[in-house]
Amino acid sequence: MKQVPWVTRVRRGLTALLFAVVAITLWTPSDSRAEYGDIVINNYADAAGMRPAIFPHWFHRIRFRCKVCHADLGFQFKAGGNEITMLKIIDGQFCGACHNGEVAWSVENCDLCHSGKPNTPTQVHESTIQKLAVPVGQGGSKK
Amino acid sequence: MTRRIPTLLLTVFAATLFGSAPVIAQDAKSKPAAPSAAAPAAAPATTAPATDVNRFNRLLKPANQRNLPPMQDGIHDPGSEGTAALMPPLSAFETLPRSNAGNRVNWVKALEDRAINPRWDRVDTNAVPIVMDLNIVREVKGSMPDVVYPHKQHTEWLDCSNCHPAIFVPQKGANQISMAAILLGQKCGVCHGKVAFPVSECRLCHSKKKDGPVARTGQ
Ligand code: HEC
Ligand code: HEC
Ligand code: HEC
Ligand code: HEC
Ligand code: HEC
Ligand code: HEC
Repeated sequence: MKQVPWVTRVRRGLTALLFAVVAITLWTPSDSRAEYGDIVINNYADAAGMRPAIFPHWFHRIRFRCKVCHADLGFQFKAGGNEITMLKIIDGQFCGACHNGEVAWSVENCDLCHSGKPNTPTQVHESTIQKLAVPVGQGGSKK
Repeated sequence: MTRRIPTLLLTVFAATLFGSAPVIAQDAKSKPAAPSAAAPAAAPATTAPATDVNRFNRLLKPANQRNLPPMQDGIHDPGSEGTAALMPPLSAFETLPRSNAGNRVNWVKALEDRAINPRWDRVDTNAVPIVMDLNIVREVKGSMPDVVYPHKQHTEWLDCSNCHPAIFVPQKGANQISMAAILLGQKCGVCHGKVAFPVSECRLCHSKKKDGPVARTGQ
């Protein structure tokens, strides 16, 4: 099995590509230490004078499978991509399907959802794409 | 043996990275404009900057920086009462099987062991998923083991419509998948690297042994 040292050109190309990716990752500074999968939603909140909303995946996936939100409730796989507003929430859509005082605590607990640092852009925390696609020196907006 | 080494190195190297995030700016507050400026900024004043600059792990995120409570995690506002009321992740993870990356929870095992029992329906606690046990093997060129895509672990969590047809056409081999796409958040990367275990865990996907690549020049 273990034989000849070899290096194909394909292999070298691949290695180079992976190292490039790895290098980009390395040299992108980020001070995000938030939990993996935490989502900041800030399409409207800042502008309306509220702290951005933060959705913790780890907390919810202990209680619900992905299917409940991403198939039944129609959340698209895109941070900020669902145009969630308070009107939709009180009408029982999105977060409001559960945060209605029946399945989970209800909307008057503003600060539990709106707990983000002001001006934090919409993003998925600790994501690979966040680390790869962000220009050096910036926090990590997905937009 | 020799030819395994580069792969191994790569794997380890990449794993370290993806698993543990760039931590050039460990000292939090200051967002340096360039990485080169970061280390000096982190040095404690005048005493012995050299030790800090040359600290053992310059870029590896130390274990005590993982799963931080909301107050310290950098995105929650420590000045808000709401933040103080939130649950610190570590307290939830204590009873769950651990892994090496992402949340550092092995979610597949947590389900298997019934350490958690997340609902399949918003309200009906008796609803259970229809799990489909179908493995799709994707041959990989080069040295990396082939990819086995397991429907079983996925249909425990997800609905068919979460992947078919928007992300994958449901036909073996009909989808072009590459690591580049995955790293950029497409295909498997829609979830892996964001919510499901991250890309650093090569062997979870590349799990089927093969004889290894054939050198093009042959012998
Ligand atoms: C269950 C979580 C949750 C709770 C509780 C909640 N919000 Fe929101 N809120 C959101 C989300 C998510 C958004 C969308 C954020 C964005 O895109 O900027 C939002 C957006 C907003 C916006 C901007 C958009 C709009 O609809 O006007 C305001 C203002 C707002 N919330 C105020 C409040 C107030 C006041 C309360 C308490 C009475 C509250 N929210 C409670 C989740 C919540
Ligand atoms: C309680 C509801 C809920 C559950 C359960 C849930 N999610 Fe989410 N997910 C969300 C919300 C809310 C967003 C953000 C949507 C927005 O910002 O409009 C999101 C966003 C995402 C995204 C998009 C990230 C990006 O690229 O922008 C992915 C991927 C994702 N979820 C995967 C999962 C997976 C995998 C699971 C199961 C392990 C899961 N989610 C479980 C509510 C949920
Ligand atoms: C499928 C149902 C469901 C949906 C949809 C949902 N949540 Fe929740 N959420 C829950 C449940 C259940 C709890 C736990 C409530 C409790 O402990 O009483 C919770 C708790 C929370 C918590 C508190 C976590 C902690 O540390 O205690 C936050 C913050 C939160 N949700 C935000 C959101 C936001 C923001 C959205 C919409 C983007 C959302 N949730 C959508 C069910 C849901
Ligand atoms: C997490 C994403 C995901 C989910 C969820 C998922 N699939 Fe798939 N499915 C795939 C991938 C990836 C392939 C392989 C496609 C390829 O090889 O190009 C596939 C292939 C298939 C195929 C083709 C098999 C063949 O031999 O040609 C069928 C049929 C299929 N899936 C049915 C389902 C059904 C039914 C469900 C729900 C019970 C489901 N899938 C859920 C990702 C998924
Ligand atoms: C829609 C979201 C989604 C997509 C797309 C997706 N996965 Fe997953 N995958 C998950 C979730 C959720 C889990 C459960 C484990 C976790 O969350 O870390 C999982 C688990 C796995 C596991 C099981 C690991 C174990 O410990 O047994 C493998 C292997 C895997 N995925 C490979 C793939 C591959 C290969 C692709 C692309 C062809 C893919 N996944 C696409 C969401 C996804
Ligand atoms: C989420 C699952 C997953 C993870 C994690 C993963 N891969 Fe892959 N990888 C794939 C899939 C799917 C392909 C495409 C296979 C095919 O051609 O059908 C692939 C292809 C490759 C290829 C072939 C060239 C290419 O770009 O298509 C290499 C090399 C590779 N992966 C290396 C790695 C390394 C190194 C790691 C760990 C840092 C890794 N992979 C982690 C799923 C994964």
